[in-house]
Amino acid sequence: MEMNQFASPEGGFVATSVDQFLGWGRKYSMFLYPFITACCGMEYMSTACSHYDIDRFGAGLPRFSARQSDLLLVAGTITEKMAPVLKQVHEQMCLPKWVMAFGVCTCTGGFYDNYAVVPGIDRIVPVDIYVPGCPPRPETVLEGIIKLQERIQQSKHSLT
Amino acid sequence: MDQKSILDLIREKFSDSIIETHSRLGQDTVVIEKTRLIDLAGFLKEDPELKFNILADLTAVDYWKKNPRFEVVYHLLSLDNRPRLRVKTPVGEDDCTAPSLCKLWPAANWYEREVFDMFGIRFEGHPDLKRILMYPGFKGHPLRKDYPKTRHQPIVKYRDLPVHGNPNTTTHRKNKDD
Repeated sequence: MEMNQFASPEGGFVATSVDQFLGWGRKYSMFLYPFITACCGMEYMSTACSHYDIDRFGAGLPRFSARQSDLLLVAGTITEKMAPVLKQVHEQMCLPKWVMAFGVCTCTGGFYDNYAVVPGIDRIVPVDIYVPGCPPRPETVLEGIIKLQERIQQSKHSLT
Repeated sequence: MDQKSILDLIREKFSDSIIETHSRLGQDTVVIEKTRLIDLAGFLKEDPELKFNILADLTAVDYWKKNPRFEVVYHLLSLDNRPRLRVKTPVGEDDCTAPSLCKLWPAANWYEREVFDMFGIRFEGHPDLKRILMYPGFKGHPLRKDYPKTRHQPIVKYRDLPVHGNPNTTTHRKNKDD
């Protein structure tokens, strides 16, 4: 982030652009909605707990309400029966919102190639970052979060 | 309780409608016609020597080209005497019904709903026979051998995605029923 900092004993001020400032703020305060249906939930729990710790990336507070969250973290197999629920939850979220496809079942349907599983949640909701793995290692998840944070930093944020 | 004599007891009482009994790999199996299934099930449950009080599993098999097409399989377990028994009844495709065992073993309720959902076999006497795994708008019975494995019936309309990568993968095939 470009900063012109004026250091003085009384304090200082920082000059930057609105996009970058909002990007910085939004990327480091992500409220997740862990939309967990299956085994990837265990890897989400591992990533969230103290050993791998997503709290150090600012994403440590899960909000189990679509109204209060900005990152929809879809973990686990999404079946055709669950698809309308996922779509409704995604529509309930306020902008700005991002979607992470956690695990191969959400990326492409995974190893399920049948009548019951949606072949990738990008058929239902727009996805910002795909984290593959069955289940993904917590390090992979953290890299996904970091990449998403870079993407948030570089995208345009408007004040209105 | 000697394993072999369970089959002997059953054979004595129901000799007219038993199609086959065998004891392969140490597992006893009785194949009986569906007209006398409820009598056999009642006998197995209530007889003081047998007392099969647990219905461990209820499922069906689709032998596609055989006639009768389906076979409903029941696995029974007796807690007191410890033997296990498998009971099978053939069910034809035209008369795709079987008697329901909900009154004897309440566990049969959801198992029969699953068999109805996946194979289309209706159970007479079931209190509430409706789909349990698939959703109400789904047409067809997926575990039948003639249901194409990859036929999707989406409730939510799929978004249009650009086809990139290998167009011959499952999700991008033109005819999804291949």
